[in-house]
Amino acid sequence: MEKGKKRLTDNAALQSFIASVVCILGGILVGAIVLFVLALFNKDIPIGEAFRGILIVLGGPFSSGSSSDVLFNFGDMLLESTPILMTGLSVAIAFKTGLFNIGAPGQFLMGATGSLLTALSIPTTESTRFWVWLLALLVGMLFGALWGAIPGIFKAVFKVNEVIVCIMCNWIAANAVSWIFYSTGDSFINIAETKTKFIRTTMSNNVATPRLGLNKLFPGSNIDISIFIAALLAILIFILLNKTKLGFELKAGGFNTNAAKYAGMNGKRNTILSMMIAGALAGGGAALWYLNGMNDFLWNTYSSLPTEGFNGIPVALLASNNPIGVIFSSIFLKYIGKGGFNLAGYTQFNEYVSNLIIAVIIYFAGFSKFIRDWLFNKRKKNEIYINAKPVENVKETVHKANDVITQGVSPGITDTPSEGDGAEHMPLEDELSDEMKEGGNG
Amino acid sequence: MVFMLQKTLIYAIPLLIVALAGTFAERSGIINIALDGIMIFGSFIGALTVYLLQKNDLLTDHPQLIFLLAMLAATVAGALFSLLLSFSAIKLRGDQTIGGTALNLLAPAVALFFIKVFFMQDKLVMPKDIGYVILNPGMGPAASVLFDKAYISTYIAIILFVVLSIWMYKTKTGLRLRSCGEHPQAADSVGINVHRMRYLGTTISGALGGLGGYIYIATTAGGTCEGTVAGMGFLAIAIMIFGNWKPLTIALGSLLFGFLKCLSVIYTQLDLNGDGVFSLAQLGLPMYFYNLIPYVTVLIVLAFTSKNSRAPKAEGIPYDKGQR
Repeated sequence: MEKGKKRLTDNAALQSFIASVVCILGGILVGAIVLFVLALFNKDIPIGEAFRGILIVLGGPFSSGSSSDVLFNFGDMLLESTPILMTGLSVAIAFKTGLFNIGAPGQFLMGATGSLLTALSIPTTESTRFWVWLLALLVGMLFGALWGAIPGIFKAVFKVNEVIVCIMCNWIAANAVSWIFYSTGDSFINIAETKTKFIRTTMSNNVATPRLGLNKLFPGSNIDISIFIAALLAILIFILLNKTKLGFELKAGGFNTNAAKYAGMNGKRNTILSMMIAGALAGGGAALWYLNGMNDFLWNTYSSLPTEGFNGIPVALLASNNPIGVIFSSIFLKYIGKGGFNLAGYTQFNEYVSNLIIAVIIYFAGFSKFIRDWLFNKRKKNEIYINAKPVENVKETVHKANDVITQGVSPGITDTPSEGDGAEHMPLEDELSDEMKEGGNG
Repeated sequence: MVFMLQKTLIYAIPLLIVALAGTFAERSGIINIALDGIMIFGSFIGALTVYLLQKNDLLTDHPQLIFLLAMLAATVAGALFSLLLSFSAIKLRGDQTIGGTALNLLAPAVALFFIKVFFMQDKLVMPKDIGYVILNPGMGPAASVLFDKAYISTYIAIILFVVLSIWMYKTKTGLRLRSCGEHPQAADSVGINVHRMRYLGTTISGALGGLGGYIYIATTAGGTCEGTVAGMGFLAIAIMIFGNWKPLTIALGSLLFGFLKCLSVIYTQLDLNGDGVFSLAQLGLPMYFYNLIPYVTVLIVLAFTSKNSRAPKAEGIPYDKGQR
């Protein structure tokens, strides 16, 4: 490193950005290959159709045809990005704390219930409707936070793996929510003939997220300012994680539980708090979605979980759990999704191509570190091994190599920290020379 | 009672086999969060096999053979699909949670994409009257639990479960596989090929997951492949953790869960003491209450038993020779 010029590509942030771009291109490439192979083997679909198809997917809402359709779809894209932005934040902050919040669907359902019950049961006047809206949003977040607290408490107090508690809580929420609306009967359920599966929209009580003229900018779309509220929350979470003591403690607990404990941090409190914040975000996502005033909530949901909850996971992963990145990854997912729907409308392919592309992108993101090393760090890797002086300095070299390697280990879904058994390393001359060979070849 | 136990088995068998699938991956050190996706992929290939065989009028007189072939296809498909996970997790040392999540997204996308392209609809329905069900009316109550209204998949799953559990605990390879999930560095130092063991564990896991996925849609879900297994893969992961990564407790866990799950479906037809009064139905509780019981029970049991819980130590951590 010291010798030679410092290259632009040595910048770590730039490297991970380029690696992300490579992942995205890879996903698109695989999607294109699938379309072309299908067109090759299917006589009904001309090859040109595949080429046109991939362009439509990449165009997202812009490939919607007429300019009014483009505006409408663009507005809807931003609107639909909001809930997955929020669940993405929820999953990301939990990941940062070393927890896998697969319970976002349940927290989402609870948030929807809390906000709908509030927004529909308080009568409004012109002057109070904003305050009812705000209260409903906060109650939705509170419901989510309380639901998120359950896996947090189980993890902190009983040391139960949060994944299993989250999965159980999802299904408990699905049934509990159905039960709540089943028992309250007609007071909340939409009585219109074709809509009895749904809860009344909050618009029926004149409660709705302010539009601020956005619906005039994107005619036909129900877009409101929720995407900006969600983006603001993402920035707040970013500040919380990176600029505050609490954020530092949360991250420290995720990085190394034992070290955080040793440094005097209250791990149990932080686990519960992290899950509550995560739950509040997921619940808030649901509140923002249903407080739009035009979105129907399927109340008898005992046998299905909301996809918005699960989609938080790819959103967070695509952004490497960076709260600011979550804003862009959530919009990107919906962008490709809109492209998929246009694809179904205009070609013989269907909308599932966009899901396929997203899945492949996430797959590549799983080994983005490998991609990064492969693109940029070949030289560095060699230097570490080649500059080492194996005979006198074996131990030190092994430690150095360890440091380099362990930096990349991200928290998995269980709380088994990687064993820091530095003192027990044997002088491994054979091993080291193997590594040197590998490094030399690479 | 017999009816109830039969139903219990139908719910418990997919859970049992998929939870064992998870155990094989995790005991070798790979977190297989992709089980849901693997199940979906297996169920899709299995359903496709049945469809293709029937369309070409093959084996029409041998429904059980069609069923077996579909199970075989699902098993192979699951194993191949899981290679995506093991390649990323073992060879490329990728993050196993992300890789698994990707597979969970990929499987329904692939299944639905091709179903829609080829069948112009969102689901692939297998004809129900094909006669997979083995009917043996008139047996004693004890025997009819296992042999009347049964599926051949139940026997296969139970045999596989027993054989593979014994294999994992009583053979040299099984021991080696488990050691790679606990302390791969130590395993490597005595000459065990950690990467090969982890590939083995994940591939067995994928095979069982694919099989479980097909059994689920063929028996529990009524023969429709819609690109989903209703979160069964995640439930199986929960059962695996619940069962403490040990086959015997997993078996008990999935039977308990299957029993409670079946209770929530049949409680209205349940006559507890045979006096013709459906006592549970008369309590007037909505079905949501019974639906909640299995999940709440799992949480309560976990709260009391979690002290003994022990995950494989090295799961989720890519193996690195340099860390020895």
